[in-house]
Amino acid sequence: MIDFIRSLGRWGLDTLQRLGSGHLFLWYMVKGIPEVLLRFSLVIQQLQSVGVRSVMIILVSGLFVGMVLGLQGYNTLVDFGAEESLGVLVSLSLVRELGPVVSALLFAGRAGSALTAEIGLMKSTEQLSGMEMMAVDPIRRIIAPRFVAGIISMPLLAAIFSAVGIFGGFIVGYGLLGVDDGAFWSQMQVKTDWYDDVLNGVIKSIVFGVVVTWIALFEGYDASPTSEGVGRATTRTVVHSAFAILGLDFVLTALMFGEI
Amino acid sequence: MPLIKIRDLHFYRGDRAIFDGVNIDIHRGKITAIMGPSGTGKTTLLRLIGGQLRPDSGTIEVDGQDVHKLSHAGLYELRKRMGMLFQSGALLTDISVFDNVAFPLREHTDLPESMIRDLVLMKLQAVGLRNARDLMPAELSGGMARRVALARAVTLDPMMVMYDEPFTGQDPISMGTIVNLIHRLNDAMGLTSIIVSHDVMETTEIADVIYLLSAGKVIESGSPVQLRRSSSQWVQQFIQGLPDGPVPFHFPGVDFADDLLSSEVSA
Repeated sequence: MIDFIRSLGRWGLDTLQRLGSGHLFLWYMVKGIPEVLLRFSLVIQQLQSVGVRSVMIILVSGLFVGMVLGLQGYNTLVDFGAEESLGVLVSLSLVRELGPVVSALLFAGRAGSALTAEIGLMKSTEQLSGMEMMAVDPIRRIIAPRFVAGIISMPLLAAIFSAVGIFGGFIVGYGLLGVDDGAFWSQMQVKTDWYDDVLNGVIKSIVFGVVVTWIALFEGYDASPTSEGVGRATTRTVVHSAFAILGLDFVLTALMFGEI
Repeated sequence: MPLIKIRDLHFYRGDRAIFDGVNIDIHRGKITAIMGPSGTGKTTLLRLIGGQLRPDSGTIEVDGQDVHKLSHAGLYELRKRMGMLFQSGALLTDISVFDNVAFPLREHTDLPESMIRDLVLMKLQAVGLRNARDLMPAELSGGMARRVALARAVTLDPMMVMYDEPFTGQDPISMGTIVNLIHRLNDAMGLTSIIVSHDVMETTEIADVIYLLSAGKVIESGSPVQLRRSSSQWVQQFIQGLPDGPVPFHFPGVDFADDLLSSEVSA
């Protein structure tokens, strides 16, 4: 019993300590942002590896998610004779929810894990330590540019995801199921609000971008410098990011769309 | 006045004392070696000098400044005048040899690219790798990587260079090259060198002063000749590499005979 309480206490203390160091890490990253913006070439390199290299997975996934939405939505709407509202259903689902959430989950799996592994390996091969001894602050030189690149990439990737998804829904609705294309687009235009729907979706994806990149970079920076440690950190990035995305999505949705 | 003054240094990892009241003076222009068995905290000592770790008590002064009382900016200013050669080389793996050596210059100076090129080529020439400048770190042998790292460590013309196990895992030719380089650079650039090592032969060849550390204390210090003449059995065991002596061959624990006679069977 005492052992149980002791291990519970240790777990609590460890969690608190990690939370504390995670937030301190965030603070140091944020402090490094002005300097990074002055040397924007560092961010551009990272936009390539964090953002551009994630485009393919986003394109393919977005297309299929949109197509499935088209199929499922049609089957439900057609019972009520409302199949012409398919465009609204597809666009609202994507712009408000699936675009930001699914692209953030994919981003965590593709770019987040790569960031953790990269930073973790830099730590285990003493590259970060070496940089400190060359009087170059690794948080400003290595971490902050990746953080900024993650924040910029995430809403752009979510926008691509939603756009391709809507196109996928259109292919299925118009091409396969015979929904009127004029109705598909015009209803979508009328019912999708710029501020309530699109902007809220963008805000969500920016929040997810901050959180996923923060988790990925912190896990890499905090990884124990062994191959096993880096492997565990990479797994933690994906798991913690998924929890954070889904949890935050609920909170944000409640604040933005809920009547609470 | 010594360049580095370590006074009454205490450092703990958990309950284990890594340093338990260590005093060391490192004089300008000299090659000082810190030696001792694996696990005595030699690398930890370099990290304490570089301000990457904080001591539990005691002071470390570098060029008259207490390393652990400096601000973040002050510490980074001081580090510009310190070079460090890591055991692994710690080269940045995604950029070429040239860019690695140019890295500190590009980060800390506004020199035009043509001047950076000249400076980098001079440093690479000094370590014999000018023509390897376009290789990536993954294409280098261990010895070459360490030489590139050495060129990078002296790029900003520091006042001192710290070498972390520079001879470990090297073939005889690379070892000879590195021994020679450390000696030559120290004299030609007017450096102060600190070598952390357990390779007795190579270290005694070039060191002016040696500190022997064990169990958190300085056991002996002096020139290589003085150490060879030391009456301490521990020093003799270490210098001559004897398998048994004050440092026992067997990990301490239960007596062998008692162990064989006991009926305990591990699961």
